[in-house]
Amino acid sequence: MSEQSSWGLDRREFLKTTGAGLAGASLAGASLAGLTGSGTAEGAAALSPPAITPEKGATLRVLRWSGFVKSDEEVWNANSKKWEEQTGNKVLLEYLSWEDVRPKSAMAASVGAGPDVVLGWFDDPHLYPGKLIDVSDICEYLGKKYGGWYDVFRAYGYSPSLKRWLAIPFGSPAGTNNYRISWVKEAGYEKPPEKLDEFLKLCKKLKANKHPAGFTFGRAVGDGNGVCYWLLYSFGGKTVEKDNKTIAINRKETWDCLEFAREFYEAQTEGVIAWLDPHNNKAFLAGEISMTYNGISIYYAAKGKEEWKAIAEDMDHAFLPVGPPGKPGQISLVTQGFIFKHTRFPNAARHYLLFMMEKEQYAPWIEAMRGYVTQSLREYAKLPIWTADPKHTPYRDVVERMLPHSYAGIPGPQAAAALAEYVVVDMFQDAISGRKTPKEAARTAEDRLVKIYRK
Amino acid sequence: MVQPTAVTAAEAIPRRPRGLSLGGALENPHLLGVLFTLPAVLLLGVFLGYPFILGIWLSFTNTLIGGKGAFVGLANYLGALMDSVFRLATFNTILYTVVAVWFKLVLGLVLALILNWDFRWKGLIRAIVLLPWIVPTAFSAIVFWWMFDSTFSGITWLLMKLSLIHTRIDYLGDPNLARTSIIIANVWRGIPFFAIGFLAGLQTISPTLYEAAAVDGATGWHQFRHITLPLLGPLLAIITTFSTIWTFADFQLVWIITRGGPANATHLYGTLAFQRAIQGGAFGEGAAISNFILPVLVLSVLICYLYLRREA
Repeated sequence: MSEQSSWGLDRREFLKTTGAGLAGASLAGASLAGLTGSGTAEGAAALSPPAITPEKGATLRVLRWSGFVKSDEEVWNANSKKWEEQTGNKVLLEYLSWEDVRPKSAMAASVGAGPDVVLGWFDDPHLYPGKLIDVSDICEYLGKKYGGWYDVFRAYGYSPSLKRWLAIPFGSPAGTNNYRISWVKEAGYEKPPEKLDEFLKLCKKLKANKHPAGFTFGRAVGDGNGVCYWLLYSFGGKTVEKDNKTIAINRKETWDCLEFAREFYEAQTEGVIAWLDPHNNKAFLAGEISMTYNGISIYYAAKGKEEWKAIAEDMDHAFLPVGPPGKPGQISLVTQGFIFKHTRFPNAARHYLLFMMEKEQYAPWIEAMRGYVTQSLREYAKLPIWTADPKHTPYRDVVERMLPHSYAGIPGPQAAAALAEYVVVDMFQDAISGRKTPKEAARTAEDRLVKIYRK
Repeated sequence: MVQPTAVTAAEAIPRRPRGLSLGGALENPHLLGVLFTLPAVLLLGVFLGYPFILGIWLSFTNTLIGGKGAFVGLANYLGALMDSVFRLATFNTILYTVVAVWFKLVLGLVLALILNWDFRWKGLIRAIVLLPWIVPTAFSAIVFWWMFDSTFSGITWLLMKLSLIHTRIDYLGDPNLARTSIIIANVWRGIPFFAIGFLAGLQTISPTLYEAAAVDGATGWHQFRHITLPLLGPLLAIITTFSTIWTFADFQLVWIITRGGPANATHLYGTLAFQRAIQGGAFGEGAAISNFILPVLVLSVLICYLYLRREA
């Protein structure tokens, strides 16, 4: 935290006392201070951003995942250019396929060289918290200004043990149930039911009508984990207790869940046990399946191609149903920006990330992604994109139903290892394929989790 | 050899005592040899030696990503041996290597024998045969991934059109089918290496040997058994060793096609080590798993070496 009380005041003092030589920094200040006044939250005008003066002549190396839509990178690049113009600094952007960002960022953390700023995934920052620059002031300011962080983003960005924010949550390429309206109607339902038992009946009918559902159960980072954790949480199951030590997987909730999953799996199309992330998109667009768990990408792929227009019109999105306890629960990819301590330009990096989260930059970025990435701050739920097309709206609200994959524990090396090793997905695969009984499958998962959490 | 005139010229110039000057040092053949090999030694040291030793060291520590680990002795190795997933990966790796190398060897040899015949466009066809070996592994892996797709597989489509099957095949969903699938992909990719290697060997065998054998009444099989095979022996040992090393340490094919699934049924040492170290953040454990590859590699090199020495 800086000792200076207000960015705006700094700037005014700054302008009074300095000459043109520092014009770059003053311009940056102008931009952020200007935004303070334009904040949408009540009383935001009084809120000052943290005082950050970017170093002069900085070149920031930013590692990011490639956009799910082209317009994402276009707006991100334009925002970065804006920042360059305002600060006189440079940004070198590197886009990598989203699954490749994690290993590269991990290596950078390990060797202490590489990108300065990373837009990474899940609990990456909790794997190497000691390597990251504190962004608490930025997150607290953003939270106050934009209506607060959703719980799941706080869980991923804030470290309760270190009592500081490790990363700035940027959003979540969330998943919902993508379904074909006409086929669900044909099966006798106006829309997919909200309870799992009824949902299973729908799946069975869809399969009987030769339009089976296709929920991914393979080692797919996004979809496979998404489906398995959703089922587990929906039955009240969890991998670990709040103490982050007691393994809680081998319990009745899990056995019941796996018992249910077997029947649910039988009601899917063939092969979902080996599906990776792209499979369900292709199968849905080929008209092979009627329902699947996915981001909004299928909808936009369908809208973008003449031959699939009919699919786009005939599809909609709904929340995933809830299980016996009646509480929703699902995980989702979460992306967040963090800064390595090895950077030569810590202030420029902090300034850059804050700049990207301010409404002038963040709002057009989220708009440009057309629902692919859901906002991390409540105020941004008001963006027009979420209601411009009613089919977008579930992606806005699904964040309220999300839990971290470390639930009920905290993100960190153990939860990351459990996710990376697909312990939960493997447990489902063991049970649904019939290779193990639900109890055996849960016990195997328990053994593996015990080993992981003992580390 | 030194020219007599040069000797005279060298003797004419008074010299400083040997070993004290750079010039003198450079004339010392032992020192000069060391200097000449130094760049290569440095390159090997930096790019091979250092990572190798670091890998060994990491395996004895509990290093997590971004952190400094403490020495834990053999804990990672013992932990791996107690780990059911590691034991499954051991089984998978051995199965994958033994079956894939055997098929590559036999099919590669057959292909080489066919390619050794005299036929039109043999040059072109020999070049085409190399294709699976030339295309990037990631690319061929993606092709196989689609061929083994449960929904869109071309094989399934064909079999269904021919009414030979009525439900789709879940290639990568069943453990044994998944293992078979990745072995097929590996064999397809690896055959050209064997075939072209053997072909080169076959062409060095003098036709007079076959002619002499034919005069003595040897059949095709006898010629193959007693001329071709023994003369290909050293080459066979080397090619098989290389292939064993590559197959045992394979990563790309499996990672792209199955990620080690279903339920770890296709995890190899390479994929498991990557998953634990890079994705899971446990460097020490990942390093230990990948070091389990070492004894097998050393053994295969040793067998090859002993065989070649015996042959020599």
